[in-house]
Amino acid sequence: MFTPGADGVNAPVGETDDDLIQLLTPDGERVHHQSYSPRVDHLDRVALEGLYRDMVLVRRFDTEATSLQRHGELGLWPPSLGQEAAQIGSGRAMAPRDYAFPSYRELGVVWTRGVDLRSTLHLFRGEDHGGWDPNEHNCHLYTLVIGSHALHATGYAMGVQRDGDVGTGDPGRDRAVVAYFGDGATAQGDISEALTFASVNDAPVVFFCQNNHWAISEPTQRQSRVPLYHRGRGFGVPSVRVDGNDVLASYAVTAEALERARSGGGPTFIEAVTYRMGAHTTSDDPTRYRTRADEEAWRRRDPIDRLRILLEREGTPPEFFTGLENEAEEFGAEIRDYCHAIPAPPIERIFEDVYATEQAQISSDRAWLTEYLAGFEEAAS
Amino acid sequence: MNEQSVSSQEQGTQRITLGKAINLGLRRAMERDPKVLLMGEDIGPLGGVFRVTDGLQKDFGSDRVVDTPLAESGIVGTAIGLALAGYRPVCEIQFDGFIFPAYDQITTQLAKMHYRSRGKSQVPVVIRVPYGGGIGAVEHHSESPEALFAHTAGLRVITPATPADAFTMIQQAIASPDPVLFFEPKARYWDKADVDVTAADQVLDAPGDVRAVVARAGTDVTIAAYGPSVTTALRAATAAESEGTSIEVIDLRSISPIDIPAVAESVRKTGRLVVVHEAPTFLGAGAEIAARISEECFYHLEAPVLRVGGFHTPYPVSKLEEEYLPNLDRVLHAVDSVLQH
Ligand SMILES: Cc1ncc(C[n+]2csc(CCOP(=O)(O)OP(=O)(O)O)c2C)c(N)n1
Ligand SMILES: [Mg+2]
Repeated sequence: MFTPGADGVNAPVGETDDDLIQLLTPDGERVHHQSYSPRVDHLDRVALEGLYRDMVLVRRFDTEATSLQRHGELGLWPPSLGQEAAQIGSGRAMAPRDYAFPSYRELGVVWTRGVDLRSTLHLFRGEDHGGWDPNEHNCHLYTLVIGSHALHATGYAMGVQRDGDVGTGDPGRDRAVVAYFGDGATAQGDISEALTFASVNDAPVVFFCQNNHWAISEPTQRQSRVPLYHRGRGFGVPSVRVDGNDVLASYAVTAEALERARSGGGPTFIEAVTYRMGAHTTSDDPTRYRTRADEEAWRRRDPIDRLRILLEREGTPPEFFTGLENEAEEFGAEIRDYCHAIPAPPIERIFEDVYATEQAQISSDRAWLTEYLAGFEEAAS
Repeated sequence: MNEQSVSSQEQGTQRITLGKAINLGLRRAMERDPKVLLMGEDIGPLGGVFRVTDGLQKDFGSDRVVDTPLAESGIVGTAIGLALAGYRPVCEIQFDGFIFPAYDQITTQLAKMHYRSRGKSQVPVVIRVPYGGGIGAVEHHSESPEALFAHTAGLRVITPATPADAFTMIQQAIASPDPVLFFEPKARYWDKADVDVTAADQVLDAPGDVRAVVARAGTDVTIAAYGPSVTTALRAATAAESEGTSIEVIDLRSISPIDIPAVAESVRKTGRLVVVHEAPTFLGAGAEIAARISEECFYHLEAPVLRVGGFHTPYPVSKLEEEYLPNLDRVLHAVDSVLQH
């Protein structure tokens, strides 16, 4: 079994942790929770099958991207393997008018925002620093500098307040923001500053921290002596700890937090307890700092498996699962084809969009490079 | 085994990579002075993402090789405090682009502590930064921010180009009573060379300015370079030689201060200067060198000083970095240009 850290920082998801919100056990049993169960009551079997499909396709994409990196098609890939429930649950709790600020491992979140997942390949293939239009999806670009975007999310939420889109009671108008970051990020000053700004301004922002137990090689105990969700409390921000491998609970706590934010109740801090099943990125070697046994223990708490057990029990026909398998196969093939066909960016891209308007230094650098390269062409002809 | 190899064994010459040379340099500094400690993200069991601190936590313990929380301002800020308490912290910043959360601590505190205490408070902090491009990385992992720090008085900024210098210079940095930004050319971490791993001690007796060296002697054109660009400059010298041009390559090794006398001495001989670095040329180290050399060697110059370096853009996507970086062709192009005058 899991032994909780003496300080409770990495207390396992389960019996020893009374504060942990869980609506679906690793064995696929529903758990009743007085305030959170009602938040998933409306999710009928078809809706649950939708969440299942989300997780399966996102995992498929992740597996495919990891293997594309192994084949030299991507420079790097940060696997989201094992974190699907936290990402899909929270992402599906958002409305299209809400705004997400992901970190760099939020494949599931990006999927729920309607971004074509294939756009995430561009960044990791070294073709683009972004990959999609943030405004089209109310989903900001990935941010690689740990913690920075929590402040952007908070500022965006302050803008939402100024637009008057908070607390009107009109569900078509009120909106909120979700900032995604990891356990390691909680140590960054920017995260503390974001909590301060959000708190004193009652900003409509949800801090969604995926505690996947690792910041590259450092366990969460290196970042905190208290469970991470206690962090929020110190700032006067209501905080909850949820089983991040439980898609229903992740959905429920995020839905509650979003409702509070949209209605003018201010920020919430959510710690979603999950596990990074893969390497930090494809450049990483986890055997240097963790054991197979740890990984195995968490494999038994897989977010997809437990929902499958529930669905099977609640009468989802076998054809649903075989159909989805086929869909995932096709999806995988599409990803590979798409990746291979991404064209190399043109050289002018170096100079494009550094400024919104013409800038003399850029113009002269660009002119220099153009002339220089033309010299080679002349020499060749 | 003949006698010669026995004695070179005794002198401790090893064929090692630049990364390993820093590792051995850190180890020697820690053996020499119990006040030296290392701090950074993932530098313990993992040995750092580039394995530069590999094995050090195992041998020196987690009090001296500290896996810190993920917070660069915290790393440098607490290193300053440790230095005030008499320690010699060596901080690792995981990648060049992640030094900026610590920028405030470095520029407003670390750089000025000795000055504002009128010499009463020394802060011998070393900040190791893997820098530069050419490794196909994503955003924030290929930058060359050395000029930002060189522009800040109170900091020393040095960068080795060879395994032997990496071994010696990291120890010089740690021995320095001043704060040192130690930029490590990450694309060269795997370059191998013979290093006399017993050699460093004499340079530690006189801490102070790190001088430039002539990496290759020549008579027609001087190339001044540092860090990852020294190898490019040497390749250019080899290529030019076959066309009858003799290039002198100066490895600057220090960006603050810059060893202008060494460059000037070479330029007085060659009359032509090209400066190469990966950082943007706009307001970069090359601009300072060009200005100083035109002041000091005006009557010796046969051609304007040229710079080869990055453009005034963010570091581009890795698929375009070949075009962005000062590669061999661009260096040779500049050499041809100064020769045409
Ligand atoms: C400011 C900054 N410092 C260091 C890094 C290098 N780095 C990338 S990911 C990472 C660990 C992040 O851990 P966590 O916040 O738990 O997120 P996870 O990777 O587990 O999703 C580090 C140190 C960075 N990207 N940004
Ligand atoms: Mg983590």
